[in-house]
Amino acid sequence: MLTTLIFLPLAGAILLLLLKGREGRRDGLLRWLSLGVSLLVFALTLVVWARFDPSSADYQFVERREWIPAFGISYLVGVDGISLFLLVLTGFLTPIALLSSWASVHRRFAEFAAFLLALESAMLGVFVSLDLFLFYLFWDAMLIPMYFLIGMWGYERRIYAAVKFILYTAAGSILMLVAIIGLGSLHYSATGEYSFELQALQEIPIPPNLEFWFFLAFTLAFAIKVPLFPFHTWLPDAHVEAPTAGSVILAGVLLKMGTYGLVRFSFPLFPDAALFFAPYLAVLAVVGIVYGALVSMVQPDLKKLVAYSSVSHLGFVVLGITALNVQGVQGAVYQMLAHGVSTGGLFLLVGMLSDRRHTRLIAEFGGLKAVMPRLVAAFMIITLASIGLPGLNGFVGEFLIVLGAFRWDPRYAAVAVLGVILSAVYMLWMFQRVNYGTITEDENAALPDLTRREAWVIGPTVAAAVLMGVLPGLFLRPMQPSVERLLQRVSREAVVTAPASSGAGLQAGPVPHAPIRETAGR
Amino acid sequence: MMFASDFAAIVPILCVIAAGIACLLAEALRQPGEQMPIGGLAAIGLAGAGITAALLWGRNAIGFGVITADSFALFVVLVLVAIGLLTVLFSPALIARDELPAGEYYALVLFGLAGMMLMAMATDLLVIFLALEVLSLAVYVLTAIRRQAIGAEAGFKYFLLGAFSSAFFLYGIAFAFGVSGSTKLDRLGSVVAAEAMNQSPLALVALGLLLVGFAFKVSAVPFHMWTPDAYEGAPTLVAGFMSTAVKAAAFAAFTRVFLSALEPLRPSWAPALWAIAAATMILGTVVGVAQTNLKRMLAYSSIAHAGYLLVALVAANDVGKSAVLFYLLVYGVGNLGAFATIALLGTRDHANDDLDSFAGLSARHPAIAAAMAVFLLSLGGLPPTAGFVGKWYVFSAAVQSGYYGLAVIGVLTSIVSIFFYLRVIVMMYMAPPAEVPAPAAPSRIAVAALAASVLITFYLGVLPGRVVELASRSVATIF
Repeated sequence: MLTTLIFLPLAGAILLLLLKGREGRRDGLLRWLSLGVSLLVFALTLVVWARFDPSSADYQFVERREWIPAFGISYLVGVDGISLFLLVLTGFLTPIALLSSWASVHRRFAEFAAFLLALESAMLGVFVSLDLFLFYLFWDAMLIPMYFLIGMWGYERRIYAAVKFILYTAAGSILMLVAIIGLGSLHYSATGEYSFELQALQEIPIPPNLEFWFFLAFTLAFAIKVPLFPFHTWLPDAHVEAPTAGSVILAGVLLKMGTYGLVRFSFPLFPDAALFFAPYLAVLAVVGIVYGALVSMVQPDLKKLVAYSSVSHLGFVVLGITALNVQGVQGAVYQMLAHGVSTGGLFLLVGMLSDRRHTRLIAEFGGLKAVMPRLVAAFMIITLASIGLPGLNGFVGEFLIVLGAFRWDPRYAAVAVLGVILSAVYMLWMFQRVNYGTITEDENAALPDLTRREAWVIGPTVAAAVLMGVLPGLFLRPMQPSVERLLQRVSREAVVTAPASSGAGLQAGPVPHAPIRETAGR
Repeated sequence: MMFASDFAAIVPILCVIAAGIACLLAEALRQPGEQMPIGGLAAIGLAGAGITAALLWGRNAIGFGVITADSFALFVVLVLVAIGLLTVLFSPALIARDELPAGEYYALVLFGLAGMMLMAMATDLLVIFLALEVLSLAVYVLTAIRRQAIGAEAGFKYFLLGAFSSAFFLYGIAFAFGVSGSTKLDRLGSVVAAEAMNQSPLALVALGLLLVGFAFKVSAVPFHMWTPDAYEGAPTLVAGFMSTAVKAAAFAAFTRVFLSALEPLRPSWAPALWAIAAATMILGTVVGVAQTNLKRMLAYSSIAHAGYLLVALVAANDVGKSAVLFYLLVYGVGNLGAFATIALLGTRDHANDDLDSFAGLSARHPAIAAAMAVFLLSLGGLPPTAGFVGKWYVFSAAVQSGYYGLAVIGVLTSIVSIFFYLRVIVMMYMAPPAEVPAPAAPSRIAVAALAASVLITFYLGVLPGRVVELASRSVATIF
């Protein structure tokens, strides 16, 4: 099941390249074919969700095959409640990203779609890998298609952005490679056999000084990907120069790999180091929340504004993870999804505006509400979702994260809430300047409203934002067992109190999603 | 029957030599202007060597007490056969274009390969030296085969420095003979091991001289000076052949000598080799960044790759030995492929080997550009290509022996190297097309060889299990 899921997009990509005609012949067929493949993948992710047992904390749909026996490397994949929705998110955003590029990518569409589908394969692979070698393979392999997407179909400074993207992220992750090899080697000296399986590696004793370095090596890789302040400088360049589809995937899925990596690998593999470093990470996270928001406020370029807002939103996710309680971590995972949907939606809308006007400067717009009411309506919902209005997706995650942070240390929560307010400032101010007021530029007076295709692109995004805001329990319930399993392994309470009471300490808080549903349903 | 088994061990070498002589004869009998498939003879000889090497697998045939066909040597022989076959497949178009003497060219390639195979199989220092000279002479001539000023200069430089290093090596053998009274590796090993506590300075001098000799041949820093000039001046495909096959043979002997006979002296040579490996990786990548000529860039990159191979050697465990084998294959296919791609893009008067002449290649020759991108990504060590598994293997060896520092230097330099490999990809895919003299359309055989190299690169990157298994079993029984 999962293997089919991972390799179906890749097969589609190869098929596209084989069918490619000269000079854009057969373009229509290739477009529908690529969309069909990505929709099929999405359908498969939904099947996984439907057949997922939400009461279990274990990995499901597990497949294991020997791969490189000499090194104990196996092909081992599976999903739990944390990775499940990231799979669905990937499946959801890829067809949307493809469809959004139908009109704007004229040159070499077959290659474009092939890279996008190959990227999807790698992303799905990252989320289901339970063997560290396999994980690293997908993690690094993902850079190549993204590099080509930015460098070949991006805007003016695309080459600089593409090279910066790949060097930054590869440099960050390469030390993780050493740490992974180190873990395998420790497993060898502990048991006499190599293994790179996540669960096997959790069992072995790691000398404290090595644990310290390994944690840093893993976390540096993930922090750059997130990106956590001050490792974020690649992000504005990559986001701004990437084509719309690239930005959507970058913001929607790729950034989540950083935070996913923290939850899946850094914290459970090195619990003691994680507890030691959590406050430092939290400080960087809240600095990022405020810094990202402040920098967003002064951006004249729409795409850059959205890009910096990601730094702020992802800061929330990291804060939730470092809080290390049910609310915080669940909120973090939820916020990953919510951010994927709403920021993906924002990039889609910005892309639509820039396709029409060939500029992304806020000052060039104004008064669009009268010209294209349907596009602006969608823009408004997505903007409000991004701010975190109750009833839309952004609220649930941020609320849970702040709640979790407050239970850990109210000071972090206090600063983080500042970020919520600031996000309302920069988003609403931007929205007002773009859509309200009088029409200042003549070109804006006759812009066409949403086309049918664009409605299909943005409609599902809006629907997802509403669905996630109204029915958070649908998403939170399957996560919960997996989140609790993580917290049993990395638990602050266990350090303070006796080990026996650690489980009770976790359960002591209110059931996490009951109060939320009440608020959201109002 | 002793006689037969003596010869059994060298049958692969004999196949190659026979093919080389056949090539020379064919050239001599050829009427002027007559077409003759001389390359086919070379391919048949190499195929014969490959098949006989496979048949010898697991028999541990010993030849004349100085040559062994153990699985370590046979693995290297098979790698050499693969490199040789690919070279032969790429050659015809380039021989026609540059008007090279086909018979002599193939004969030199084959004699060189015979020397390399002998070097991989030799268990006696004098035989290693003999093999070294055989392969070196062939490669010196190949470097200068175009009879142009730059080729002659490169060949002469390579010859002078090569002769210099041979002298070091020979002097080292003399000292080793002084220590043990024999040039055989097992004898040297047992003498050195017996005196492990109280090592004579003679042994250390021998060690140092042999180390310098090998370092020259594998182009390790600070003995790498000849490499960029020789590669730039040599015909491009020959540079690819030199950078892969010669390195494979030299590393095979290097590994055998240092990890068997000189293993007891490891405390003495490990720190020196550590420093050489680190310097080689760092210098190769850092200077590589500054290159604008692709052949020079690949020359520095091949220096850096020698550094990664040295990392595996320093680690000196079973993982390291098999990592050397695996990496030689991975690097051989990737590097030869990259050089061959450059060669296919050149014309008779223009090498087209500057970075700028690659601008917009993906629009002019999409298939060649894609193949080049795959080779470069593999050299850079990005998954899902073979280069990634190779690097993984090498750094696993280093980490297992506790050389975390070396592993970290290795991964950091490989990031820097990704930078310069990417520059080529940027040029090919993202820059507007350049006006360059158009090369002739590549022949079917050359395209097939490119495709085979790409497939091997992906196969070893995605399903390396069987080859890794083979490599690790190759070293398990030997030393």
